Amino acid sequence: MFRGLWAVMRKEILHIRRDPATRFIFAIPLIELLLFGYAIEMDVKHISTVVLDLNRQEESRALVKEFESTRYFRVSREVYSDQELQSAIVSGRAKAGIKIPPTYSRDLVNGRQATVQVLIDGSDSTTALRLLQASQALGFLKSLESAGLTQDAMPVEVRPRLLFNPNLESANFFVPGLIGIILQLVTVFLTAFSVVRERERGTMEQLLVTPISKGGLILGKLFPYCAIGFLQTGLVLVVMVLLFKVPIHGSVSLLLFLSGVFLVPALGMGIVISTFASNQGEAMQVSVLFLLPSILLSGFIFPRESMPLVIYLLSFLIPATYYIEILRGIILRGAGWPALWDEALVLLSFGVLFIALSVLRFKKRLG
Amino acid sequence: MIKTEGLTKRFGDLVAVRDVSFEIPRGEIFGFLGPNGSGKSTVIRMLCGLLQPTTGRAELDGLDVVAAAEEIKRRIGYMSQRFSLYEDLTVQENLDFYGAAYGLRPARLAERCRAVVGLGGLEGRETQLVHTLSGGFKQRLALACSLLHEPKILFLDEPTAGIDPVARREIWDLLFRLAQQGTTLFVTTHYMDEAERCSQVGYIYHSKLVACGKPQELKRLPEITPGGAEWFAVLCEEPTRALGLLRENPAVIDATIFGESIHLLARQGTDAETISGFLRAAGWTRLECRRVLPSLEDVFVTLTRRHRAQLGG
Repeated sequence: MFRGLWAVMRKEILHIRRDPATRFIFAIPLIELLLFGYAIEMDVKHISTVVLDLNRQEESRALVKEFESTRYFRVSREVYSDQELQSAIVSGRAKAGIKIPPTYSRDLVNGRQATVQVLIDGSDSTTALRLLQASQALGFLKSLESAGLTQDAMPVEVRPRLLFNPNLESANFFVPGLIGIILQLVTVFLTAFSVVRERERGTMEQLLVTPISKGGLILGKLFPYCAIGFLQTGLVLVVMVLLFKVPIHGSVSLLLFLSGVFLVPALGMGIVISTFASNQGEAMQVSVLFLLPSILLSGFIFPRESMPLVIYLLSFLIPATYYIEILRGIILRGAGWPALWDEALVLLSFGVLFIALSVLRFKKRLG
Repeated sequence: MIKTEGLTKRFGDLVAVRDVSFEIPRGEIFGFLGPNGSGKSTVIRMLCGLLQPTTGRAELDGLDVVAAAEEIKRRIGYMSQRFSLYEDLTVQENLDFYGAAYGLRPARLAERCRAVVGLGGLEGRETQLVHTLSGGFKQRLALACSLLHEPKILFLDEPTAGIDPVARREIWDLLFRLAQQGTTLFVTTHYMDEAERCSQVGYIYHSKLVACGKPQELKRLPEITPGGAEWFAVLCEEPTRALGLLRENPAVIDATIFGESIHLLARQGTDAETISGFLRAAGWTRLECRRVLPSLEDVFVTLTRRHRAQLGG
């Protein structure tokens, strides 16, 4: 069943050692982690804002300070006309503009309704939404204050509490998911290419006339890449904890074990892809075809619950979905085996499916 | 040692190999010839267990190629048309891998490595990376790898394609030595001089085996000398011009240049004197004409023409 496994494995390790691309085997996941980790910054903070203060009184200056102290707004410049305010937003130099009318302080003192205009660039919906909420909340609080009320005196008080990620750091959400995506990317490419290369160079035919069995050939190729995948996971985890300061709340050994479980379908997918491709260019295209859905639909970037029904159902067919669920569960929520065994089972089933499929497809290619 | 009966392979509507039967005794060098795409590689692949025959059967060393495919793998060596070793590994690493693939124990592997390295003249190159070897040495290494497990039968698909003449001769010397030791060799080639060296040749055309036997037997086949026709070799000056004239002569069925002389097939009753006379009348003074056996090239060209005519008509 697994005849020739050792021979293939030793040969594969020699290939890996001698391949100049091996130098980048650990650099690639690190670069990806840094790029993604820093680029996908969804935290809305210190947004560049221009102020048109026509009142120029103590009260108006206090209001600007209060906008700034929400930490969403950062006054980058003061402007002196409506045109200036407009052009700052149109040119993109500022995402928001605060316009305080000349009557602001007088209205406050006289107990009339004081209006303040906040212009927000709506083209970036995430940022705009945050700024909108922040400015509304500020207005609400100011009103309570001037009516002599404090928050304690309100008849109903809603007290939200953020669990697991109290500071709403987006790195905490993205970096664990990123581990799954990187691990999949690297292992799928490596295995698919290592098989396709044999076909391309004509060595596959030579292998098939030896007594090496299909199982021995496939597993002999998988094991070395499994080991690489593991080392990469470890490295990425260390960088996550030290550089991105994302603490691991759950058990590290469970995390490593389940990462091992995930490697089975990931590597299996690589072998399946290799049976569809006869050269490395084709393997590249087929890999992208397989990998793109797992980046977009696995919940790595967009929450799956808000996807259209068909796509939501589709996301269940992607192994990365479950692994990302596991990663976030263990790292962020400290989830343990009781909460994660079903995901692990699904991953394992995918793995068995892919490997069975690859053995079948291998047979077919022999005619 | 190798025996096929009605071996046939279809790929959909295409018949790649049609009803091929032959038998090769132990220790023979069987030369397998035919134009590109005629089915040579398909036959080899079926014999090696890489492809399943659609109908018909084949036996190697008394074992059925389909039923005992795994058993057979240990008894055969295969050197494919394309160079198929790992160029990023060294000579020794390639040998080690193929040895391990055939399940040789370390002590036995070391012993066999010494033997095949000696046989292939690869001494001193063990630590060299394969991609730095010349074409001839790569081919010798491929041969060495396929001999590690001492196969009883060795299949070589165009082993000398694209190698220089010296390397070509060295490989053939090696093949003869193997045959002497009792290995049965199955070799495909396009080179007629190589075919002449084989103890048996088979010629496949358009997926059918159209001739099979010892070279000397094939040269006496009735199809090659139809209706008592005979082959002559003419040695003369300006052979190209002479060839044109001879082809117009009604007594000449076919003529071609072969080396420095003209090979021609003449109808029954034509003798060397008639041909010499014809050329003398046309102005040639110094010429020599004698009856010869056809070359294998004559044999195969004639067979190909006959079959093409049959297929066309």
